[in-house]
Parts: sequence; C-alpha cells; structure tokens
Amino acid sequence: MGQVRLYAAVAAGGFRRYATYRGATFAGVFTNTVFGLIIACTYIALWDERPHLGGYDQAQALTFVWVGQAMFSVMMLGVPSGFEAELAERIRSGDIGVDLYRPCDLQAWWLAQDLGRAVFQLLGRGVVPMAVGALVFRLALPTEPWRWLAFLFSVLLGLLVSFGLRYLVALSAFWLLDASGVAQMYGITATFFCGMLLPLNVFPGAFGDVARALPWSALLQVPADVLMGTAGGRGVLGSYLFQAAWAAAILGVGRLLQTVATRRVVVQGG
Amino acid sequence: MADPIGQVRAGARAFRMISGMWIRSTLTYRASFAMTTVGNFALTGLEFVGILLMFSQVDRLGGYSLPEIAFLYGTAGAAFGLADLFAGSLGRLGTRVRDGTLDAFLVRPAPVLAQVAADRFALRRLGRVVQGLAVLGWSLLALDVAWTPVKVLLVPVLLISGGAIFSAVFMAGAAFQIVAQDAAEVQNAATFGGNAMLQYPPTVFGDNLLRGVTFVLPLAFVNWLPALYILDRPYPLDLPRSLAFAPPLVAAACLAAAGLAWRAALRAYRSTGS
Repeated sequence: MGQVRLYAAVAAGGFRRYATYRGATFAGVFTNTVFGLIIACTYIALWDERPHLGGYDQAQALTFVWVGQAMFSVMMLGVPSGFEAELAERIRSGDIGVDLYRPCDLQAWWLAQDLGRAVFQLLGRGVVPMAVGALVFRLALPTEPWRWLAFLFSVLLGLLVSFGLRYLVALSAFWLLDASGVAQMYGITATFFCGMLLPLNVFPGAFGDVARALPWSALLQVPADVLMGTAGGRGVLGSYLFQAAWAAAILGVGRLLQTVATRRVVVQGG
Repeated sequence: MADPIGQVRAGARAFRMISGMWIRSTLTYRASFAMTTVGNFALTGLEFVGILLMFSQVDRLGGYSLPEIAFLYGTAGAAFGLADLFAGSLGRLGTRVRDGTLDAFLVRPAPVLAQVAADRFALRRLGRVVQGLAVLGWSLLALDVAWTPVKVLLVPVLLISGGAIFSAVFMAGAAFQIVAQDAAEVQNAATFGGNAMLQYPPTVFGDNLLRGVTFVLPLAFVNWLPALYILDRPYPLDLPRSLAFAPPLVAAACLAAAGLAWRAALRAYRSTGS
C-alpha cells in the first residue's frame, strides 16, 4: 500500500513538473497545430490523388494526422526529450549509485514519473490540436463514448511500450556514457515506424507488414485505429493484446538489462 | 557602434573561436558524435523518404512530379540547413535566459549575437545541409528544365538568401525568447514548420496560408518564388513573376528587422539570476 502511494506521488510530481511551464505548453500546442495544418494539407492532396489509399478515406486520413499531433509529445514520437536524458546523465555522473540505494524500484520510479508527464501532456498538449483539427477539417471521430474510452486504454498500453523503449535508450548510457546518439537513433526509428511520416497501412507490401508488426506501431497506428474502428480483423481486443505483448516484452528486457548493468558496470566515482 | 566593419569582424572572429571550441568539445565523445552526425543526416533524410513513400502510391502531388518536388525539397532543406548550422543555436537561447547563464555572455568583450549564435555550435547540423544538397543534386539531374544563365545563377542566390531569411527568423525568435523565455517552441513552427511547408508545392496549400507566408512571414521568398520561376510553374495568388529576383532584398530587409528586434530585446533583458 505504501508502495502504491509512493509511486502515485512520483507520478503526481511528474505531472506537476510539466504543468509548471505554461509558456512551453502553449508554445507546444501552437507548434503541433501548425504542423498538423501543414501535414493535413499534404494528405488532402495525396488522398485527392488516390482516394481510399491504405483503406482510409480522406476524413480518416485527416483524423490520423490530428491524432498523430495529439500523441506527438505524449508518446514522444520524435527524438525523445523526456526522462531519458536525465536518467542517462545520472548514469554518466554517477548519481545513479544513490538512486540504486533508494528503497524503491528504479524502473517503476521512472515509469510512474513518465506516466504523470504523459497524463499532463495528453490534457495540455493533446486536446487543443485535436479540437482545432476537428474545427478546421471534417474528421472521422466516433460519437460513441465507449470508443473514446477504448482509445484511452490503448493510449495507456502504448505509453507502456513507449516508456519501455526509452528506458532501454537511457540504460545504454551504462556502456556509452553519452546516450544522446542512441536517443537520436531511436528518434529516427520511432519517427519512421510509428506512422508520423505516413500511416503504416500506406506502407507498401511486405515492408508495410513488417512495419505494422514492430513495437512502434503500438504508439500511434494502433490507438488511432482503435479510435476510428479501422483495426480490421484484429479488432479492439486483438489490438490490446498486440500492445500488451510488446509492453511486457520490452519492459522485461529493460529489467534484464538493468540487472546486468548494475552488476557488471562500475559506477563512476563509486 | 562607431565602426560597423570592425564590429562585424569582431563578431566573425568570436563566432569562429567559440564554434571551434564547441567542435573540439563534441569530438571528445567520438562514438556519440559519429552517431549524431549520421543521425542528423538520416533524420532529415526521413522526410524525403516520406515523400518517396507517397510517390510509391501516386505519380503527382498537387500537380507536381517527384523531381519537381525534390527540387523544392532540396532548396528548402539546404537553405534551412545553412541557417540552422550558423544561427540554429539562437533558437536555444531560452535555456540560457532561464538559468541565467546569458549574463556571462554580456560581460565578455565580444558581440553577444555572435556568442549566442556560436553557443553549443553543432557541426553535426552539417548533415542537414548535405542531405538537402544531395536531393537538390538528384533533382537537377532528373528535371527537364530549359536552363538559361539567369536560372542557373538563381540557384545559388536562392540558397544564400533563403538561408539568410531563415537566419533572420532564428534571430527574431531569439529576441522573442528573451521576452518569453520558455516559449522557445513557438519559433519551431516558423523554422521547422516553414521548412516542412516549403518542401511541398504551394498548390497543396490554401490561399490564406499562402498569403500568410508571403506577406506576413515572407517564407515564400526562401524557395517557392525563385523555384517556381525556374520550373516555369504558375505563381500562387497571381503574384508578379519578377518577384523571383526579390529574395536577396527580402533577406536583407528581414535581417535588418530581426537585428532591430534583437537589439531592443537585449536592451530590455533582465537577468533571472540573484
């Protein structure tokens, strides 16, 4: 019980920390909205040329754009800028030695913090761009409340995957000391395979099949399809299963790597 | 201010020395430097991969063929890359204002603008320039354009004045950040967002958006107007074709306006430090 309260407090701290910078939040919303407008214009041109591309009609393609902008900072779909840099810096400086002495779990601590951040960014940076998109364009947003709830649960599962992957990025600092290169490589992979460039169902052939099976599709493509009811044969439950399986696998690898790292690596200054 | 040429020379010298220092410092972590340089190249390349993916499904976008869009992409990317290399650090001034480290810049005997522009100079940003030039090179080979001496000359003029216009935006953004410290991301909409927009033909966008980037924030002069002249494409908003030659003037005007904004902002600067 005490443990639950501890992590809830950490999550609340993560939420408050991001909520402090109102100017930054406003600026982020503005930038996401501008990008959304630009990308939406290019998608209109693309779907004018090829209606029903990737099985989406134009309204669904535009919905995908705005879900993408809403999820951009929540899921850290570009080069990540959340806890990873901080954790990597603690590893580099040796402060991690102190963290490992704390009576709580390292991975769970950062997960709680990251979830707090994500909840704030969902509210602070997700809602407004989506609303602007819905005002300016005709979107394919569902009217049934349960679809929105189903979407939120899918977002939660996606967050676990997103956190798990970025935790691996941060742990690389145990070996490389500077994780910024790995973070950037991660950003490239994530940008490409999450669907920010183009929805993954537009990717051609076997390449598209591979892209849709990778964990990054759990961050944007799967939640967007759950929202629009375009998950195909997989359905909502199948989508959850896909996300949960990746989340379990990646969080497990993170745990394993953490054990190896803390056992084998000599902490600097320790 | 009595000796503007001396001032510029002092600025260039400061920029050279500070950027040199940052280059040496980043080379300390070689593996990371190599990865981030390749990464920058790849990250910007991804946008073009996105365009290629679109063209795997269609032959034309907004009435433009792939080589034509590659020409727009390459010119916008290279011009923006140049600005990002030399002035991109101005976009990260907000952190310096927030933690009070800008104060140290003010007491050093070198122009503040040059110091801030060279601050955390990142050679890896060269990746964006190279990537833009590579796509531009390919498009020049693939394009079917009736080249005239004027058109040939217009390409380097476009890149330099386009880079200058984007640099002016970075400068104005830095001035804005002194006033509104943590709102750094607003200017990303103009810089990175502008770059993303200029990669596509103007036919894709609505008239209101086009008016905004022509008359309010003159990004259309970065590449669209000269590039459409080279490609023999109709102008948006019925603009006169002679505007193809306006970018150097627009760049000069933008730099002057941004310079004034920068000086005003610096004069109004109040340290957060204790």
